[in-house]
Amino acid sequence: MIKSNNHITIRNNQIFKNGVLFFETEPRLPLKDFLKASWKNLKVKYPKFYKMDEVSKLGVLAAEILLADEPHKTFNQEETGVVLSNARSTYITDTEHWNSVKDDNNFFPGPAVFVYTLPNIMIGEICIRHKLKGENAFFITEKYDEKIILQHIELLMARNKIKAAIGGWVDHSPDDYLAEMFWVTAP
Amino acid sequence: MKKVFFIGDNIISSLGFTASGNFEQLKNGVTGIKRITNPELYPEPFIASMVNRNKLQTLFPDNRYTLLEKMLILSVEDAIKNTGVDISSSKTLIVLSTTKGNIDLLDESLAAKYEKNRVYLWKLGDTIAAYFGNPNKPLVISNACISGVMAINTAAMLLQNDLYENIIVTGGDIVSRFVLSGFMSFHSLSPEPCKPFDANRDGLSLGEAAGTVVMSVRPGKHKKSFVFAGGATANDANHISGPSRTGEGSYIAIKKALQEAGINPHETDHISAHGTATPYNDDMESIALSRHNMNNIPVNSLKGFWGHTLGAAGIIETIALLHEMKNNILIQTKGFSKAGTVEPLNVITQTEKTELNTCLKMASGFGGCNAALIVKKQMDD
Repeated sequence: MIKSNNHITIRNNQIFKNGVLFFETEPRLPLKDFLKASWKNLKVKYPKFYKMDEVSKLGVLAAEILLADEPHKTFNQEETGVVLSNARSTYITDTEHWNSVKDDNNFFPGPAVFVYTLPNIMIGEICIRHKLKGENAFFITEKYDEKIILQHIELLMARNKIKAAIGGWVDHSPDDYLAEMFWVTAP
Repeated sequence: MKKVFFIGDNIISSLGFTASGNFEQLKNGVTGIKRITNPELYPEPFIASMVNRNKLQTLFPDNRYTLLEKMLILSVEDAIKNTGVDISSSKTLIVLSTTKGNIDLLDESLAAKYEKNRVYLWKLGDTIAAYFGNPNKPLVISNACISGVMAINTAAMLLQNDLYENIIVTGGDIVSRFVLSGFMSFHSLSPEPCKPFDANRDGLSLGEAAGTVVMSVRPGKHKKSFVFAGGATANDANHISGPSRTGEGSYIAIKKALQEAGINPHETDHISAHGTATPYNDDMESIALSRHNMNNIPVNSLKGFWGHTLGAAGIIETIALLHEMKNNILIQTKGFSKAGTVEPLNVITQTEKTELNTCLKMASGFGGCNAALIVKKQMDD
């Protein structure tokens, strides 16, 4: 498997593209505002972004920068997979949904929040944005384990199921967040 | 490439605590979907398929474990019985499929009884592995309603490549206030037990279950073996909560699974569909199957028996498919009476005997994800 140079890291309100600082905001800015500022900076027209929950936005933002040079366009849509992971699934959005339903007297569940209580929705958003129709998988690990992601992609490539993939980690907890995303292609 | 066999199973659901017990109920046409009054779970009465929680408590009284953990542990324990699989071996891996895991622990009064990270899905995996003394980090998959099929496909791939000798694929989800209220807000729950593929279908029924299938590079002790022949997943790249109008992802997943199995669509004897009984899902599946010219192959959905059991669905429905193949029986689509999908399907209306050698399992879920897998029967001489 060829691991390309393309990788994105987003943490502490800084975005690194291939190890080089790509964009940053003031570190104390809430994630919500950092995401908004980062997306605006890309100058892409995609209003759907603003409807997503924060962890999906984080993943979609990383993918947007990762695929800016359109490496995926040389592959068929169904040859490109997305294999992501995190530790907290959608904990932040889960809490939001839970707060809207835990009390009978204050009961106001909404589909726009509930739909984001699945971690692979982020994969769905990335697939919609970039028209990727290949294999999907979302793994939950306590810490980022790149080996698990690479192994899964490698096995899929060996079985000829995909020829390229986005892999990585997109996690959001009450105190922290981190996105690590990379692009790989079959030899 | 090693052959991968299905050698043990268990289902814990509204219909019982063993796979064979559940299959008897399917054969007898008994549904586990009921009207339930439980204000803790939902302010008004609701329709769902639920495990007998009193019986579960009797079978597993240790309250250091959560409701779902009890279901999963009992399920794994029963599934490995008589398989000869050493669960404490480093050559054995546990793969866990779940959408929401211990989501009931968001309730603070319940959460107080357990350590704080118990609500996380990786911890659920760790808890199961620790109970059985398995030395490997379990592989936890959370990919909406295709998690179960994806878990089986992933396990097969790991075994085919000789990374383990045995993999215990277990999965489950509970009926919770969290999930019930979410699906209610989506208006996707039927006011009656669900009616898959029916002209008057009007939504799904939720269910809770745990299921376990033991997969191995060695065949089981029975005369008939069941081999994993192929599997794939694909994305619609269309909408996060609505199925594709062209059945795109499902079509691709089936195509790739058939390719891996080295068979043509018409060589499939039977299809176990996802069949949630929402108008869009069932139409989508009919379109995907029609694009493969598979309309005439007998198809069923088991959602009318168990409801939609989320992270367990792909596992328990694959287990039922294996039992259909073992017994050469097609199980009826409970709740179906009148054809009403956009493309015609050969929906099984009556449970009947027929020779089954090669079968397809389908699944689809939120996030535009779709999965398929193919199982083949093999007779030992």
